[in-house]
Amino acid sequence: MLKINVNGRDLETDADPQTPLLWVLRDSLGLTGTKYGCGMALCGACTVHIDGQPARSCVTPVSSVGTKAVTTIEGLSPDRSHPVQRAWIELDVPQCGYCQSGQIMSAVALLAQKPKPTDEDINAAMAGNICRCGTYQRIRAAIHRAAELQSSG
Amino acid sequence: MSLEREIDIELAQAEISRRTFLRTAAIGAGGLVIAIHLPACSRKPAAAVEPFAPNAFLRIGADDTITFYCDKSEMGQGVYTALPSLIAEELGVAVDRLRVEFAPPGDAYTNALLGGQVTGGSTSVRDSWVKLRTAGAQARTMLVAAAAQEWETDAANLRVENGAVISADGKSKLTFGALAGEAAKLPVPKEVPLKDPGSFTVIGKGRTRLDTPSKTDGTAQFGIDVKLPEMLYAALAQSPVLGGKVKSVDDAKARAMPGVRDVVQTSSGVAVVADTWWQARQARDVLAIEWDAGVRAALNDGTILRGLRQASAQAGIEAKKEGDAQAAIKSSRRVVTEAYDLPLLAHATLEPQNCTADVKADGCDVYVPTQVQVFAQQAAAKASGLPAGQVRIHTTFLGGGFGRRLETDFIPAAVEASKKVGKPVKVLWTREDDMTHDVYRPAAYNVCTGAFDRDGKLIAWQHHLTAPSITKRWIPGLIKDGTVDPFCVEAAANYPYDVPNVLVDWVEHDLGLDVGYWRSVSHALNCFSTESFMDELAAAAKKDPVEFRMALLEKQRRYRAVLERAVKESGYGSAEKGRFHGVAVMEGYGTYMAQVAEISLEGGNVKVHRIVCAVDCGRVINPSIATAQVESSVIFGLTAALWGEINIYGGRAQQTNFDHYRLMRMNEAPRIDTYLVESSEDPGGMGEPAVALVAPAVANAIYRANGRRVRSLPFSRHQLA
Repeated sequence: MLKINVNGRDLETDADPQTPLLWVLRDSLGLTGTKYGCGMALCGACTVHIDGQPARSCVTPVSSVGTKAVTTIEGLSPDRSHPVQRAWIELDVPQCGYCQSGQIMSAVALLAQKPKPTDEDINAAMAGNICRCGTYQRIRAAIHRAAELQSSG
Repeated sequence: MSLEREIDIELAQAEISRRTFLRTAAIGAGGLVIAIHLPACSRKPAAAVEPFAPNAFLRIGADDTITFYCDKSEMGQGVYTALPSLIAEELGVAVDRLRVEFAPPGDAYTNALLGGQVTGGSTSVRDSWVKLRTAGAQARTMLVAAAAQEWETDAANLRVENGAVISADGKSKLTFGALAGEAAKLPVPKEVPLKDPGSFTVIGKGRTRLDTPSKTDGTAQFGIDVKLPEMLYAALAQSPVLGGKVKSVDDAKARAMPGVRDVVQTSSGVAVVADTWWQARQARDVLAIEWDAGVRAALNDGTILRGLRQASAQAGIEAKKEGDAQAAIKSSRRVVTEAYDLPLLAHATLEPQNCTADVKADGCDVYVPTQVQVFAQQAAAKASGLPAGQVRIHTTFLGGGFGRRLETDFIPAAVEASKKVGKPVKVLWTREDDMTHDVYRPAAYNVCTGAFDRDGKLIAWQHHLTAPSITKRWIPGLIKDGTVDPFCVEAAANYPYDVPNVLVDWVEHDLGLDVGYWRSVSHALNCFSTESFMDELAAAAKKDPVEFRMALLEKQRRYRAVLERAVKESGYGSAEKGRFHGVAVMEGYGTYMAQVAEISLEGGNVKVHRIVCAVDCGRVINPSIATAQVESSVIFGLTAALWGEINIYGGRAQQTNFDHYRLMRMNEAPRIDTYLVESSEDPGGMGEPAVALVAPAVANAIYRANGRRVRSLPFSRHQLA
């Protein structure tokens, strides 16, 4: 049995150690907010945080996580109150919504690093998250808005 | 027994033993509205409360819940919000009072514009415009009548506010829930007045989508997320060559892998069923399968291209004819003719194809991201051997549709596997499965010819289209030999320019593989050739492309208006140094559009900085959603124009993932400015049209930049510097 810490809780899984973290989260732990899009770390739909850093869970073997803290979309807030989520709702960002968990997780990590990102900062940090519905313009605006919400406390 | 308990039982009985009677009512010109009346449950002598469900779209509970049965699938285009808005406007409630559930298969949910229960063709709002407003108005009328009865007054004295009926003096109020039982006893009115658009309070507002919150916290459920008790997972091995069949399987190694429960030969390939998907997928990779590749093994890009060219030499079926274009071309001294090539494209929904089936002896439940509930039901019925009436389709959110989910090819394996193992099974395709087993957007070959008279006036336009018919496969018998498939001549047969001799014709050519409807269908093929060639003719006439078009659009008010707006907002004609503009116009789905692309050339590639899109889509239901659809369509169309192609070799698609099938990323996306022209015309479709204008607008801008014509897509095939 492997022990992992997800969204603040210590959990156990009997998944094979080579199983990508993505599938442990989704199928073993029932946390389906993190999505599968490519399996090759090309699309970013599987983005989670490991010790606060964005990681593509589809290529991260669960055994490599160790004792580090995993945060998924479900762990951002109990009630959509995270500034990034609030900004996303305010600007009505999602369309089909499938990529949005990954987008949000990448955005949260960016803002933790750069509380006042420029457009260039945003483009660079978010380039790994594909949105097939093309919501990029609104994502960028929402990240700026989230930065405002975060700085105003 | 308490009244509440009686109500619960009544509602439960209605659910279990629901039978429907169809009463059709023609409402207004050309609108067919199907009003479903649910028969009364067996009436108890005591005051029993019936569920109030005046039609197939609405149910109002005694507890004040208002449920809207949404007959269209939500794939990002916003129906989950736009359609409830139509109901809410007439019913007299805020949009977020409506609880939205996806409707099951049913005749009441037939899309009148497409002839079946289908979400597609940018028809959702158009199909629902009168139908759903009427459904809301019916319910409102009956609730008011019930209150009038209760208060023994005239219905005309009452008003509706926030889900309640209020008396004229404001002293009496009954909520919809309180009135539901009495309203349910009243006959459903056939004719109901609809609000004057001038008094709309919901329609036309840019409110937040109803599904936005759940799409920001991971709770929105897509097909891939469905979980049932005791559910198993399956990975599917499909023929590497399209359409091939299993010859033999050695599954010994696979069966020995951890977690594997069974290996099932299905009609679409070999399914490995296991406790987790990862285990299924690992085991699938050690199956030893001999395939009978079949005839498509001979298919490759060369055969496809040659086939289109050869077919193009034939005469086509007329789709539009005015005057005598062939004679005018023959007698002209100034003729221009060019050919345009379009490639196969993948749909690439970000959520790969999947289906969850739970087959039991007496019925089956299928959970699937589908755009076609009745076809899905039929596919599951066939695969399970059960009658369609025992197959329940549960539509989830779709992680992208784009026409891919009009197909049902991902359903049978799940049903067959579940039937075999006796447990619910979720089949999930990998990205590689998805990309190599798509039903691709067809390749096409279009030849355009224009002729001028001695005064330099354009007097003939000929557009000779060669492409396969998707509809022939979809609805066998519908497109008879010698008749035009309307889905092949879009943005061509409606040639709007004032030219005296016009001939648009189409040669049907089977490419040798199944092809499917892809966002904007043949608009994307034919707008590329039409609007690129109009630019070529403008150049031949030594006219500015916008002036050239405007002179030929004098009789087309709605085209002119969007073209003028796009030109104005884009700064067309006064680009800064190193930047170039290109224009395209189109009418599709009842919506008029013009786009101006602003580009530069950098290191042999085109960089698109900005797309300006002016739109006349008639009345806008929700401007935020309409704008989002333009932004979405532009990125979708630009991605395809820049890089999109599926190459076939040995009957196999060569692109397998996003490493070689490139999708646009944030740092590559242009600025998109959308301008919605005010209009009181009936709503047009918005999910698709903007896709089709991007490629010609960019191609026309490239010509301004370097004097070179790009006549085959994608742009990445060409060295542009």
